[in-house]
Amino acid sequence: MLDSYGESVLVFLGINMVLALSLYLPISAGQLSLGHGGFMAIGAYVTVICTTWLGWPLVAGLAGGGLAAALAGAVVGFPALRIKGIYLIILTMGFGEIVRIFFLNFEPTGGASGIGGIRHLTTLPLVMGVAALMLLCLMRFRGARIGRALRAVQEDEVAAEAMGVNLTRVKVAAFALGALGAGIGGGLYAHQALFIDPGQFGFFRSAEIFLIVVLGGLGTYWGPVVGAAVVTLLPEMLRFVQDWRMTVFGSLLVLCAVLRPAGLLSGRRPAA
Amino acid sequence: MLRVDRLAKRFGGYQALAGVDLAVEPGSVHAVIGPNGAGKTTLFNVITGILPPTEGDVSLEGRDITGWRADRVTRAGIARTFQQVRLFRGMSALENVMVGRHARTRSGFGAALIRPPFHERGEEAETRRRARELLELVGLGARAQTSGGDLTLVEQRRLEVARALASDPRLLLLDEPAGGMNPVEVEDLNQLIRKIRETGVTVLLVEHHMRLVMRVSDVVTVLDAGRVIATGSPDIVRRDPRVIAAYLGRDA
Amino acid sequence: MLLQQLVNGLMLGSTYSLIAIGYALIFGVLGLVHLAHGEVFMMGALIGLQIVLWMKAGPVVALVGALLGTAVLGVLIELIAFRPIRARNGPIFAPMVSTIGVGLILQEVATKAFGGEQVGFPHRLEPVTWRLGPVTISSVQLLILGTSLVLMLALHLWVTRTRMGMAMRASAESTLTARLLGISTDRVILVTFAVASALAGAAGVLVGLSFNAISPFMGIDMGVKGLAIMLLGGLGNIYGAMVGGLLLGAIEVLSVAYLASSYRDAFVFGVMILILLFRPQGLFGVGRVDR
Repeated sequence: MLDSYGESVLVFLGINMVLALSLYLPISAGQLSLGHGGFMAIGAYVTVICTTWLGWPLVAGLAGGGLAAALAGAVVGFPALRIKGIYLIILTMGFGEIVRIFFLNFEPTGGASGIGGIRHLTTLPLVMGVAALMLLCLMRFRGARIGRALRAVQEDEVAAEAMGVNLTRVKVAAFALGALGAGIGGGLYAHQALFIDPGQFGFFRSAEIFLIVVLGGLGTYWGPVVGAAVVTLLPEMLRFVQDWRMTVFGSLLVLCAVLRPAGLLSGRRPAA
Repeated sequence: MLRVDRLAKRFGGYQALAGVDLAVEPGSVHAVIGPNGAGKTTLFNVITGILPPTEGDVSLEGRDITGWRADRVTRAGIARTFQQVRLFRGMSALENVMVGRHARTRSGFGAALIRPPFHERGEEAETRRRARELLELVGLGARAQTSGGDLTLVEQRRLEVARALASDPRLLLLDEPAGGMNPVEVEDLNQLIRKIRETGVTVLLVEHHMRLVMRVSDVVTVLDAGRVIATGSPDIVRRDPRVIAAYLGRDA
Repeated sequence: MLLQQLVNGLMLGSTYSLIAIGYALIFGVLGLVHLAHGEVFMMGALIGLQIVLWMKAGPVVALVGALLGTAVLGVLIELIAFRPIRARNGPIFAPMVSTIGVGLILQEVATKAFGGEQVGFPHRLEPVTWRLGPVTISSVQLLILGTSLVLMLALHLWVTRTRMGMAMRASAESTLTARLLGISTDRVILVTFAVASALAGAAGVLVGLSFNAISPFMGIDMGVKGLAIMLLGGLGNIYGAMVGGLLLGAIEVLSVAYLASSYRDAFVFGVMILILLFRPQGLFGVGRVDR
């Protein structure tokens, strides 16, 4: 039914959903992170190491990549505690760049040339399954104590802390879990793109993921899903404008920001 | 219940608190009054851990809680409302109160995922039940599903009280709870505070509304320029010449 | 040798400063990061190139043309991508979305208009070099350094001596107070964008001259660096941006000369991270970063 190109677009859609859903968690705790590409890179490289050098199956590799990224997330999460708003954005940007530069110079993983010849292990059902799983997790969080705590922290940290919320625990956990998701996304990406190099995980990538989350709207966990659909599928659907795709896409972004500044799915109040 | 000794707080060049001593008896309603800028809210902020003190100690039921972080202070048994209402506007009234119970519950990320039938679900139901109870207590039972941002100011203040009570505190700090209330609402507040005291919770409040203070408090402490200038029963304090001078002006 | 490297570093750094100042100006007045600023810089280089190619003019004319062209571009960006969102009181990241969009548009337009390859400025300047003691400077380098310094000086004078300049500083401190004082903040913001973009455009021409490599993608790297410098120097602080740019240029050149060149970027970002951890308000920033 779907040609292999169409299928690959859907796989990338799924990967973008995974990445966006994972970034949604720290952002919904009020931590605007523009360094998610760095966690993705860590996940991608570690997963490839696990599957290619250690011969593990993909799922095990994803676990390894995810864990490595989560560890990095916990490490970055601590300094991120004391920093807010625009400063945090820049800190996370810096982190993303440092990861990229690290891999650029790290010879064992190919340095600037990256790693090629990765086996095509990612399948559409797997990617969509992971995305669905993450969506489910976010849904479960939402209706529970931890979901309320996250929303409280996002709205007013001082008041949240006064209610007994341990800011450190919540924020670092959100950051680490978000990184975990990004790592898994990175691993899935690597085994679809079949070739990874540090340039693919730089600021552009972080900005793209951030854009997806923000575009979709922060009020609900469906936001990242919608955002991913728009950002992944729209350029494809704009093929008929051939040479001016990015211009049209960019203009649509501007329009979105102006007409619906809080995101496409904003204005919906989820119930208790 | 609560002891504050020689508490001082300096912000750069500005001395907000200059050696405050305070003793709150269990089961009492204790008011802190004073002209604007006397340091009342700063006192609250230091007691509840939002600001660290420059000097001095705070102890709760004999335990030293000086400099403890806000969430730890709440777990120890102190809850508060804010002078400028700090509700979670995007959440419903019920959810706001449920967040208030955060300190007394335990389930985290893992439990939210797995939802073991007895532990988390039981806790969640209990939290919800208690929250509804508290909303009824403050008269907001019918507004449980309304967003925090959509409530009137007076309703928001009452919601903050319910939210604070959700953590089952031993000591409740109310920061100007009567702000923006008309006389009928103030009387309701009076009754509410009495009801709270009857449940065994000690109340410490900062207030400008003199009638309310006189009606509801057992002890009144007067702050001026970061210092205690008088403390005692409402009748005695209101006649104290130093207190009168502080309110009417300092050039007297 | 060290002195020579320092001079090279200062020259490179002065162009960085121009870009960082632009970020600082906009952040000061709007509290926002202009994510398409790197693309404005790139457009400056391309406009300058076109002027040289079509009008057969010298670098100075190209500079002026780029200055004007990017100033207009900056004003347009403010009117289209920032102002409407401000009018609706959108959240902090909404302008980021629209500037990303603008950046994409500018990149594609540039690619279409000027081709995707790297081009160089045709040399109309005699490659004269002078020796000042142990240091060698070429005329191009002198032009770059000179222009940057002149522009920075002009900015300083403008900001401290003219009414509009002071209105800008007032708005940066507090938009509300400025408005209450009768300052038309909307106009101030327009002027700020014009000035910031003009500086970036000038930097574009200068960098194009010095590296002889103009492409639609030169804005990306520069944009991130300019942001890093603004952070180093303290968000919204134009003097911090000036010093930070020079510093960064010097660090880059020195680290290439004395350390492995591939670690140059790592060094730069490592420094940035350290500063963020220990002095998040930047070297010259004031105010608190938390609560």
